[in-house]
Amino acid sequence: MGTDSEMYIDPHVHMISRTTDDYEAMRDAGVVAVIEPAFWVGQPRTNIGAFQHYFGWIVGWERFRAGQFGIRHYCTIGLNAKEANNEPLAEKVMDLLPLYLNKEGVVAIGEIGFDDMTALEEKYFHRQLELADELDKLVLVHTPHRNKTEGTSRSMDLCEEHGLDPAKVVIDHNNEETVEEVLDRGFWAAFSIYPETKMGNERMAEIVEQYGPERLIVDSAADWGVSDPLGVPKTAQVMHDRGLSEEAVRKVCYENALAAYSQSDAMSEEDWLNPPPVDQRQNYEGNSVLRGGREPVVEAPERTVEEDPVIE
Amino acid sequence: MSRDVRPPTPASLLHQWVSERVSEEERVWLDDKRAEIGEGASGQAFFLAFSAVPRRLGKADLALTEEDLQDADAAREGWQPDDWSVDQAGRTLLALALPSQEADAYQQTLERTFAHADVGESVALYQSLPLLPHPGRHTARAAEGVRTNMTSVFDAVALRNPYPAEQFDDTAWNQMVLKALFVGSPLYPIYGLDRRANAALARMLVDYAHERWAAGRPVAPELWRPVGPFAEKEAVDDLKYVLSSSDAARREAAALALSQSPSEKADAALADEPELRAAIADGRLTWKRFSRKRVADPH
Repeated sequence: MGTDSEMYIDPHVHMISRTTDDYEAMRDAGVVAVIEPAFWVGQPRTNIGAFQHYFGWIVGWERFRAGQFGIRHYCTIGLNAKEANNEPLAEKVMDLLPLYLNKEGVVAIGEIGFDDMTALEEKYFHRQLELADELDKLVLVHTPHRNKTEGTSRSMDLCEEHGLDPAKVVIDHNNEETVEEVLDRGFWAAFSIYPETKMGNERMAEIVEQYGPERLIVDSAADWGVSDPLGVPKTAQVMHDRGLSEEAVRKVCYENALAAYSQSDAMSEEDWLNPPPVDQRQNYEGNSVLRGGREPVVEAPERTVEEDPVIE
Repeated sequence: MSRDVRPPTPASLLHQWVSERVSEEERVWLDDKRAEIGEGASGQAFFLAFSAVPRRLGKADLALTEEDLQDADAAREGWQPDDWSVDQAGRTLLALALPSQEADAYQQTLERTFAHADVGESVALYQSLPLLPHPGRHTARAAEGVRTNMTSVFDAVALRNPYPAEQFDDTAWNQMVLKALFVGSPLYPIYGLDRRANAALARMLVDYAHERWAAGRPVAPELWRPVGPFAEKEAVDDLKYVLSSSDAARREAAALALSQSPSEKADAALADEPELRAAIADGRLTWKRFSRKRVADPH
């Protein structure tokens, strides 16, 4: 495979739902860094303690767990659209956000945006854009699954209303219908290679062929659903196989995500190429997940990129 | 040296070490925050500053000299900041700046900081426990740190930290030592390891060794160090078995443990190994030398 020595970033993946097999497969496929956007967790949370625990989990244990597999873990912190509809709880989450936004590896406020496009969703979208402006944070926008085109346009309207620099906003879950407007308006356009519902990776390759690689970002959005944590390396493979240039593949599967998120001071290529000793001692490439001093299991997981890289 | 120079405190040492390693602008930021926090700035101001330390000051190692480490031990007995980094020192300075006269309020702020901490913050907080006021109030928190599965956080409590030896009861202490073996951390950097050895711990360690043997897994030779002074009867038989190993590190550890056992059976067992016995008698083989030679330091 031509991509063996390549490095990839998966800038949208919910690793708390994934197994150690996934981490091993991702590492073996060349994923060096992941970003875990704060989102809902499959069912709505009922009290603020659940949010506190979740935020603590993604800046703590999950960051540590990823490090055991040689993968650098970052996250975004925010109130997602679905749970913005519980107003009393949403207010408490807003109070919690500033406590987490300065933590290590927190690269943006996100994922925020619309789900059903209700008034409450819009209210907390506004409030978090204000916070982004005030604290000079990047923003990761989740665009709705339903009514996507309108939701995407409206999301960008709100960002512009708040005077945010589009170069500091990533619009995620794009498709063929939204990409042009997002690029025209100067935002980063991310695509989630997620089977059945979001993007397929052959379609992704066609988009890169049509629009070129500038400001396009590929992610897996893998979570607790039927999804694929190898979405980024598999897409790279598909794009290579279709004859896209190495430079274009590197941009959409690594460099663009790095360029976008390293605008925060919480992510840098040095983190995985030349990590400070204290990180190596604390949370990067230790071995405590292999508890009890057990030797790592040597047989590789069955899943590899070469077998069948197409995600539809 | 003038007579009114006060001996350094942990805070003055930390401040000196950080100042020598950051820019003027960065030092001013830290001093401003310490002053604000000391004057009773809101909890929020403390949390934000505490989180922001690595972004502000960087994460370089302090890389202290032998002399620095001697100063540390003189300022606070047992304090061993060998592995500390600039951000950890900066965070400790902020925690030390918190007003602490009101013990309840102080503990509340500290607990809240622990509850929201990320990996790096947790490590800094647990490492700083021996320097913080009201030490008796933090034992439950320290025991919580021992329960973590993040090795770096566990090590921050357990290794090179005098707090557990000073504050833990035997139950918490014994769990900590056993867990150190369980997560693959070395035992020798545990402060007070020999002084806090006890019969219950020795029993737990022997049981653990049997479990490992039953599963066909290796037993870390350091396990026998806290066992030695309490080894009698079956434990001596276990040590004799380890002594019969072909592995040099295991044989040395067993010999050292046997040499500390009160049992006559242990003396007899050691008599069968004249070379090891002589090495122990003339100080060529000690636990300290054994650690240096045979135990890999994860740091």
